[in-house]
Amino acid sequence: MKLFGEKGVERLLTGIAFSAISALLLIALFIFSEGLPFIMRYGLRGFLFSSEWQPQAGQFGIFPMIVATLWVTLGAIAIGAPLGVAGAVFLTEFMPRPVMRAVKPTIELLAGIPSVVYGFIGVMVLAPLIRSTFGGPGLSLLAASIILGVMILPTVISISIDAIMAVPQSYREGSLALGATTWQTVRMVTVPAARSGIIASIILAMGRAVGETMAVIMVAGNAVKLPGSALDSVRTLTANIALEMGYATGTHRQALFATGVVLFVVVMALNSIAGLAIRQKAGRR
Amino acid sequence: MRILPKHTQRAAIAALGGATLLTLSLLVFIIVFVLEKGLPVLSLRFLFTNPQDMGRAGGIFPTLVGSVVLPLLAVAIATPLGVGTAVYLTEYTRESRLTRVIRFGTDCLAGIPSIIFGLFGFIFFVTTLRMGWSIISGGLTLAFMILPTIIRTTEEAVRAVPRAYREVSYSLGATRWQTVRRVILPNALPGIVTGVMLGVGRSIGETAAVIFTAGSSLRLPSSVFDSTRTMAVHFYILAREGISTENAYGTAAALVIAVLSVNLIAYWLMNRVMARRS
Amino acid sequence: MNKMLQPTTGALLLAIVLTGCGRQKTSITMAGSTAFQPFAEKLAEQYMIGHPDISITVQGGGSAVGIQSALSGAAQIGMADLVQLPPEAKDLTAVPVARDGIAVVVNPANTVAGLTMAQIRGIFNGTIRNWKDIGGADAPITVVSREAGSGTRTSFEQIVGGIALSKDALIQDSNGTIRETVANDANAVGYLSHGLLNEKIKALQADGRDCTTEAIMAGTYTLVRPIYLLVKGTGSEQITAFIDYVLSPEGQQTIKSNGLIPVK
Repeated sequence: MKLFGEKGVERLLTGIAFSAISALLLIALFIFSEGLPFIMRYGLRGFLFSSEWQPQAGQFGIFPMIVATLWVTLGAIAIGAPLGVAGAVFLTEFMPRPVMRAVKPTIELLAGIPSVVYGFIGVMVLAPLIRSTFGGPGLSLLAASIILGVMILPTVISISIDAIMAVPQSYREGSLALGATTWQTVRMVTVPAARSGIIASIILAMGRAVGETMAVIMVAGNAVKLPGSALDSVRTLTANIALEMGYATGTHRQALFATGVVLFVVVMALNSIAGLAIRQKAGRR
Repeated sequence: MRILPKHTQRAAIAALGGATLLTLSLLVFIIVFVLEKGLPVLSLRFLFTNPQDMGRAGGIFPTLVGSVVLPLLAVAIATPLGVGTAVYLTEYTRESRLTRVIRFGTDCLAGIPSIIFGLFGFIFFVTTLRMGWSIISGGLTLAFMILPTIIRTTEEAVRAVPRAYREVSYSLGATRWQTVRRVILPNALPGIVTGVMLGVGRSIGETAAVIFTAGSSLRLPSSVFDSTRTMAVHFYILAREGISTENAYGTAAALVIAVLSVNLIAYWLMNRVMARRS
Repeated sequence: MNKMLQPTTGALLLAIVLTGCGRQKTSITMAGSTAFQPFAEKLAEQYMIGHPDISITVQGGGSAVGIQSALSGAAQIGMADLVQLPPEAKDLTAVPVARDGIAVVVNPANTVAGLTMAQIRGIFNGTIRNWKDIGGADAPITVVSREAGSGTRTSFEQIVGGIALSKDALIQDSNGTIRETVANDANAVGYLSHGLLNEKIKALQADGRDCTTEAIMAGTYTLVRPIYLLVKGTGSEQITAFIDYVLSPEGQQTIKSNGLIPVK
């Protein structure tokens, strides 16, 4: 290690410290340089708000995919957020600490299940169930929402538990001392105090739902149209990229990178909001 | 009539407990479903023989190799960068606008969907740098993807090293780098390994970013410039294309076991770090 | 004993791979058409037995990737399965190596046995929406098609003619996924490469003709597209040798025994 002097090491580390931000900029640069010229040429309004996606005919409107992404994400949140937050509250406030300490890592472990496995189970179990119960093709908005809803559960539970645990014990003791039940304490004291952390967990989960690709391709059916009901097949922004990338050339390919630009912007916005929500409460360490 | 708090309490417990139970059973169902169907197929022979006929028959050996080599390459690239960043942030600088920018960048990078990493890797490594669909393209792309995880966990671990250790080291006349190298990094090692393991776990399970950068060749790679197929990609192709449901389940079981054991090791190490801190 | 040996060999091979001591080999990359990919894998496998100095890697990606990667040099041989090659392929030498029938397929539970071209057009346009309108059970039709840019879809739409795909159509990104989707849904209809037909799905007659090798060779079954290997310029000696092998009686026999139609 005499290779670098003390100063050399510091300079080297300073350089390395920029690796993550350089990676981010490099990614943004390449996605935008492929996608933005297309958006400029085609027109942002036509790209974002037209419903015609006919690459062979030179029509590239991603409105149905934006709407689909929105619905699938909201559906996933509608399923995953209540379940996840309820689980977090139950485990922290109504269960003995050792139980929580055992269950939380188990749930976090499950966050590692590859998304293709979720997608496969969606195709094998969920889609046939939806088809036989409600009709329609089974591969649908509903199927995608449910699969994503389950996928985001570990994220919601884990971060919500951290947020609820961070609420000072004295808050609870004060409330209980005033004669409130545990539930009243949870509802009126603990959860409101942990609100920003819980919201952050939901926004991060939204980011994951918006960005998920393989599981969605497998269960959503990928039809390009504005969904009329939850049983309709839909295509999300991510699915559009992954489905057609292999076959796309020229303008079509640029349009897919432009789809990537839209996705990038949406996810960045969500992450920034989540970051703000967390920071607002915790302050910087 | 007023509902007694005692009753709402009971109802709330029932509802919350039910939701928790549902959550746990859903997640457990997924594991059980995959293992139940996959374990009968899984054997050492399945893991270590070559596939035949696109994976319709035979084992998954080349994809096992892919799932070992690709994550290893990714962490080999990302670990020095991640640890370096974390050490810089904690030991070499004070909180400033600069550190905030670096942290914000790290958070943003962590949130980027894997399909975007795939697109980027394809246009940058595969096309622009002419690396082709290869282990090196895939490894570099995955390295970008797991960098934030390694930075964050290392930062946590480095912060968990007690102040006193540093003070003793400095008072003995050690330089900053000597302190980092001899005192801080050894003590933070379990935490660093946790981050690395989490990165490995994520790399093993990744599909979207890998399929666009490392390709999907089923042949055993002979160098890092060859294309490879990981277990996750193999499973995706087997299941999607209906090549062999049986082998798909077998691959899925191998995949899930691999990811869960890697993550398990990571959490076990993380617990040790946490225990020391408190 | 044998069981014990397997992992050891595996570990050994792994060690070899990890140290990266690859032998010097001429490496050829093929990329493109997912319909031809399995055949290319098989042809490459056979060819490499006789030519240990050559290493052929086969990638999917689709016909467009085949054309693009052959142009850019990412692959030495592109694979495309289009009735009409796009204008940018004019700089490539296109060698037809096989023909492929496109079968219109339904779930085996479906009672419909055949469709006319007009009915196929109606179904994929979304004007015929229920199986009872074309002699089947009273059930809505689930149309399954390929993504824009797919060679199979482009060829299918060109041959049938006048198709503006219904917006309700599910989109799957390969022949195999079309097959799986149709196999899982009793009301689905899709189309895929004749070479990938199996017992999970039922091929329909088109205009009264069965989708068989004989009917395709005789020219009576009309949903047929050519498969091209694409090379930039004239290609190296090794590449020409491999393409010659694909066109040789042995290569064509491999193509035929696995469900595609020889070129001649």
